[in-house]
Amino acid sequence: MSDPQITPELVEKHNLTAEEYDRIKNILGREPSYTELGIFSVMWSEHCSYKNTRPLLKTLPTKSPRILVGAGEENAGIVDIGDGLAIAFKIESHNHPSAVEPFQGAATGVGGIIRDIFTMGARPVCAIDSLRFGPITGDAGAVANNRRLFSGVVSGIAHYGNCFGIPTVAGEIYFDKCYEGNPLVNVFCLGVLRREQIARGAAKGIGNPVFYVGPATGRDGLAGAAFASRDLTEESSDRQRGAVQVGDPFMEKLVCEACLELLATGAVAGIQDMGAAGLTCSTCETAARAGTGIEIELALVPQRVPNMTPYEIMLSESQERMLIIVQAGREEEVKRIFDKWDLPSAQIGRVTDTGRMIVKYHGAVVADVPAKKLADEAPIYQREAREPAYFQTVRSFSLTSLPPAPEPGEALRRLLAWPAIASKNWVYRQYDHMVRDGSVGCPGSDAAVIRLKDDSLPMTKGEAVPVTTEKFLALTVDCNAAYVYLNPYEGARIAVAEAARNLACTGAVPLGATDNLNFANPHNPELFWQLRESVRGLGEACLAFDAPITGGNCSLYNQSPAGPIDPTPTIALVGLIDKPEYITTQWFKEEGDVIILLGEVLDDQDPWRGLGGSAWLQSLHGLKTGQPPRLDLEAERRLHTTLRGLIYSGLIRSAHDCSEGGLAVTLAESCISQQIARDTPRLIGAEIDLSFASAETAWVDALLFGECQSRVVVSVASTNAVKVVERAKIMGVPARRIGLVGGNELRLKSASSEYKWPLVELHDLWWNALARAMSD
Amino acid sequence: MNFAVLQFPASNCDQDALHVVRNVLGQAGRFVWHKESSLAGFDAVIIPGGFSYGDYLRTGAIARFSPIMEAVRRFAADGGPVLGICNGFQILCEARLLPGALIRNRSLQFRCEHVFVKTTSGDTPFTGKIPAGKIMRVPIAHGEGCYFADDETLQSLQDKGQILWQYCTAQGELTEEANPNGSLRHIAGICNPERNVAGLMPHPERASEAILGSDDGRLIFESLVTWFEARVAKAA
Repeated sequence: MSDPQITPELVEKHNLTAEEYDRIKNILGREPSYTELGIFSVMWSEHCSYKNTRPLLKTLPTKSPRILVGAGEENAGIVDIGDGLAIAFKIESHNHPSAVEPFQGAATGVGGIIRDIFTMGARPVCAIDSLRFGPITGDAGAVANNRRLFSGVVSGIAHYGNCFGIPTVAGEIYFDKCYEGNPLVNVFCLGVLRREQIARGAAKGIGNPVFYVGPATGRDGLAGAAFASRDLTEESSDRQRGAVQVGDPFMEKLVCEACLELLATGAVAGIQDMGAAGLTCSTCETAARAGTGIEIELALVPQRVPNMTPYEIMLSESQERMLIIVQAGREEEVKRIFDKWDLPSAQIGRVTDTGRMIVKYHGAVVADVPAKKLADEAPIYQREAREPAYFQTVRSFSLTSLPPAPEPGEALRRLLAWPAIASKNWVYRQYDHMVRDGSVGCPGSDAAVIRLKDDSLPMTKGEAVPVTTEKFLALTVDCNAAYVYLNPYEGARIAVAEAARNLACTGAVPLGATDNLNFANPHNPELFWQLRESVRGLGEACLAFDAPITGGNCSLYNQSPAGPIDPTPTIALVGLIDKPEYITTQWFKEEGDVIILLGEVLDDQDPWRGLGGSAWLQSLHGLKTGQPPRLDLEAERRLHTTLRGLIYSGLIRSAHDCSEGGLAVTLAESCISQQIARDTPRLIGAEIDLSFASAETAWVDALLFGECQSRVVVSVASTNAVKVVERAKIMGVPARRIGLVGGNELRLKSASSEYKWPLVELHDLWWNALARAMSD
Repeated sequence: MNFAVLQFPASNCDQDALHVVRNVLGQAGRFVWHKESSLAGFDAVIIPGGFSYGDYLRTGAIARFSPIMEAVRRFAADGGPVLGICNGFQILCEARLLPGALIRNRSLQFRCEHVFVKTTSGDTPFTGKIPAGKIMRVPIAHGEGCYFADDETLQSLQDKGQILWQYCTAQGELTEEANPNGSLRHIAGICNPERNVAGLMPHPERASEAILGSDDGRLIFESLVTWFEARVAKAA
């Protein structure tokens, strides 16, 4: 079998430009072989090299005294959480595979991110996810396909996570026309380890043997990284199916347990998963990190099918495989442990001092590339950015041009049943969100809360030192992409602010963040402008909340023939809760408690009164326009500090942040969102008085559904109400008593009228909306 | 009391079970790998939840051939208590240590949520400490938890008091809505005629501490400990 001739067409098919090809020839000092061309094409894809985004990513805040492994250093960042413990976490996208094959695309996304975490030596303890689809309600022809993608992705996540045994504890889902044909699947995993257990993806120790462990290599997932770095086209679903991998969570569980057991022996010099770009990426990156070389023989790689070419073996993205560099002389320990778990393992090469990645096949050299140049010296592009034409149009939108809206009584009902706001129980009841005995705060409140205990940690060599203090972490993932579309800079800041607010509402202080930048084609200056402005906003806000970025993922080229997606920089935040008694949930607790709004009732300075880009405008008027609400980072920070202080003093019974749907939706959710058990909600009413806001300045739609930032609804024991309002004001946070908990209705009084909604009805609309849409 | 917590490839509630045994109950326990063949020295066996062998063939269908299952059979025959939780219940059914089978949920979807369960017999090592009439709030997490058996078997289970736990409402009523998976006769868990082997789909180990929202499940483990202490006292 002979390799194909390298022609300009073949180079183009590999997604490399003529300039990039020249650069390859320069590095090698000759024409590349076919296998080398394949190797460069995947390593220099956007997915692996960040060639279009690296200059922007450098501007993000990535430092803090807690950071033990920083962004971009390894497979995931690591943050110190005190008492000798640390956490590794990261978010990653699997958008393109999920568009083509939703079940396997999403499943392998979960598998990939779990591997990134245990590769660091951490035990994976929870997952969260952020999903986007086209609309699942209405009559449009695409709705059926959107539902198919939605249900396929959810089943895929459930299949992989449930079988592996990782609780999926939080997430967010939006539905918008812009994601039709290009859904977003961002999955996050968090693991725990002792500080001294951090493993490195470096090929250290000249002469050390290189092991391949895990299932055999097949032709699945050929060049998936390159596929992810291209626009989706009409033909994608047919032509690219071979680029989608097939996941086996059972295998992953065994590989994870075996790797953690092996790491505990101290026999491992370096470890890296074979994710995007498979064997190629893991070999050249480990060598590049250690400043060494690596030499492998492909004939020794376990293969699932006969007659695979070196090109195929190097570029395969078969799942659940790991590359392990073992201390010379300790090969037997690897064999013993992997045999115990009935897993294949093979010594395929060794670490050299040449600085080169040399790949042989039956003794003949098929690739010989300087590892560092391949891994670290991909071309970097400063893309052109231009403010998009639509930006002026949305800025000039005026509320006065709106036709009459449904009256507020009906508007709230429709908002609660709007899929982006409705309860996501149809989704999370399919995920095992309680395995590992640590889910203290389950899905359905502002942020998930997990408990770390002894068995959250990987095993140790000798007798483990017991963890004396339990730790509690809060997790959330957020991004209102409509805001980002309307104003990328403000929208990205708001995404971070909302995530941080969710953490504050549970009683947590941010530790760090991980971002998933989902954008469209960076070659289009208007779309690149969205990316540049978003990153600027993200960086500024992460800095303000002391939440450095510890790593993340860029997914560009998210567009289908119908057009680009809205820019969607999803941001996951992890926070620490010092004591179990600080853990706070969003639902009202006791009859007679006083309801207090922390933050402004209305933003008079905002020409759109908080309705720009709002759920109200989108769901009731079918408009995504105006400008997002204004965000004052300083005021937001004060709110979080003040709220946490009140929680620490034991004064807060419930706290729920105001986001999509504004104050009315926040209040309704506080009344209806506590679920005791299957078919058994706990409904608790509220009587709200907003008549202090005068009718002329406070247009009632804006008052109820405006999405002004920096607001939280809390409930407190009546005896503490005065104290809470006073303390908030002293801290510089506006605070006002707005009502009382009690009854079986949500009743609300404005200056001009009164509304009441039976909770049973609101709960039904909100709780069952997704199930209804999916069973239509 | 010394608990064995079995570990099959891809058991994933093994650590949770051992956590409850050691840290909540303060008893002794360790993992027993599925390739081991002895249960000597143990006073009780827990077969934990998970996806043994990925459950690709049929839940529990391969696990029952593991060497340790022969030891479990002997342990049970000698009167030792064996508790199968979720996947452990499925394995016990496949191994014919319990009658019937667990098939796909009627919704055809995986379900993870809290349910209410009532206990119908206090006369077993697993239920002795559960107060009569107590409605326990415990989570489920399974895709194949619909209990199925022929009418004769069901009648026999009922007649001999082998139906230990049933899905119900907060008030203890057996309604269609309260049954999360379509189980016949609302069955959440059963025992063998000798009453020393029991299996249930809900996860009591996830409801054994107040911080996790419910500690009702602890009653099942405490029943075992109390039963064992009584047996030791009697022998002495």
